[in-house]
Amino acid sequence: MAIPKVMGTEIEYGITVKGDPDFDPISSCVLLVNAYHEGQTGEILWDYDQENPLADARGFQVEGEKYTPNQQENIARNKTLINGARYYVDHAHPEYSSPEVTNARDLVIHEKAGERILEASRREANALLPEGTQMLLYKNNSDRKGNSYGAHENFLMDRRTSFKQIVEHLLPFFVTRQIYCGAGKVGSENCNQPCDFQISQRADFFETEVALDTMVKRPIINTRDEPHADREKYRRLHVIVGDANLSEYTIYLRTGVTVLVLSMIEDGAIKRSLSLRDPVRAIKEVSHDPTCKREIQLEDGRRLTAVQLQAEYLEMAQQYVGNTDDAETKDILEKWADVLDCLERDPMELDRQVDWVMKKALIEGFMERKSLDWAASQVQMLDLQYHDLRPDKGLYYMLERQGRAERMVTDDEILVAVHKPPEDTRAYFRGECLRRYGSAVFGVNWDSISFSVDEEPIKRILMAEPLKGSKAHVQDLLDRSKTAAELVKNLGV
Amino acid sequence: MKILTQLHKNRSHSEDPTDLPMMMAAESVKKQQPKKGGDGDGKDGSDGAQKLAKKGEQLKEEMDALVEEIDEVLEENAEEFVKNYVQRGGQ
Repeated sequence: MAIPKVMGTEIEYGITVKGDPDFDPISSCVLLVNAYHEGQTGEILWDYDQENPLADARGFQVEGEKYTPNQQENIARNKTLINGARYYVDHAHPEYSSPEVTNARDLVIHEKAGERILEASRREANALLPEGTQMLLYKNNSDRKGNSYGAHENFLMDRRTSFKQIVEHLLPFFVTRQIYCGAGKVGSENCNQPCDFQISQRADFFETEVALDTMVKRPIINTRDEPHADREKYRRLHVIVGDANLSEYTIYLRTGVTVLVLSMIEDGAIKRSLSLRDPVRAIKEVSHDPTCKREIQLEDGRRLTAVQLQAEYLEMAQQYVGNTDDAETKDILEKWADVLDCLERDPMELDRQVDWVMKKALIEGFMERKSLDWAASQVQMLDLQYHDLRPDKGLYYMLERQGRAERMVTDDEILVAVHKPPEDTRAYFRGECLRRYGSAVFGVNWDSISFSVDEEPIKRILMAEPLKGSKAHVQDLLDRSKTAAELVKNLGV
Repeated sequence: MKILTQLHKNRSHSEDPTDLPMMMAAESVKKQQPKKGGDGDGKDGSDGAQKLAKKGEQLKEEMDALVEEIDEVLEENAEEFVKNYVQRGGQ
């Protein structure tokens, strides 16, 4: 039986300072994350002790240097928030890692809360910048000049599922799911075939099938084996192949369908062989064809379109799920079927649901009225500005305001998630500890939180089970513990 | 396509172009919104064409309004802005 899919996303945002010819991304990022004060509780370290990004899921350790910043740098670059999220500087980008959630709808809420948090800190940061300059943020994945930054998805999986099985069944799925979760891009880059418009922001950057790298020679399947949980029981599948989405419908569908496919892999429910002859080539072929009619070659010689290949997964999922009572699973299956149906007829029907179609429709409408072609700088500006986080300037938000984006959640739910953690995972314990005992928190990681109480040695509380530390599990303990010292004592640490 | 036809054999779609004047048919295929679960079984009769015509008008007006708003918010000096948007590679 497949294990519950605890999950979260990590989004790296594009950043620039308009009007500053000497713009430095790293210092701008530090300014940005430190400008966010809401719910921040003093100087808390990100606990790098137990991190091991060089462990490979294929069963070996890669040589290399593990990054561990000094204490001052650590505090300046890392913020752990009372909603259970991590907001930090990753290389030259601000990054928001959502708290752990258990379902697709909550993931939408918390990823969207991340957008609000970045926008709030952007406004604060701008107040500190010289007049005539303005910091801008983009939830996208490329500068269209060959530089890409990631939007990663993480899913808890059963350690007993062999990584080989995961790779075999996920490659064709990941190559083709972009048809309903791409964020769209004008033109191509990274030495790929020229095109006017393509489905995915990221497809141009994938150069190999399976590997540990995330920054160079990027793989469709990433092998980082860092579960942030009990490593005897779990793995964390680190998905780097996706685009940063703005459409709530797209985020919801992308997440829900991926959860279903991963559960099917754990339960051995994928019986058909859908292996592709050349996945790296195919991911680009699919991306470069907004008609969704192009056929890609399977290992067994068949040629299927991305829609047909997804329909194979859908059909297996329908059999796998049977008559489920789970409302979200039912809804995901219905939406998945609807979307494939539309993509088969005419992808442009999805101009309120799927990011790449929404963007393409917007740009084409503009081009038509202004008699512009795809090479026009205004067209490229539209592409970038679709992802702009300013509510009054971002073109996705404009569509949303005009009722041209199908919503999955409410603004109220998003605002609550800015301040409150999900209640059904360990993120609840993390967030509540930060809110209640923030000044005594010394360090945090996904699977631990440590306290500095009085003059005693640092006490680290381990959270190896992502579903423990939920509200049901710890609220009584928290209510009984008025101080961090009492909490530590009550836990018997 | 066989698989999708099977998967959707219970759904009927209203955009059969033979029911409609050709001009509208072209428009309707482009602007048709996807069916949502549960409400995809309705059949448009002769007033379907009228509804679509109205919908087409409405969509055109919406697009005009949209382009107007884009004009107001689109970054000035697009060429320079796009040129200057250079990021360091991330993950």
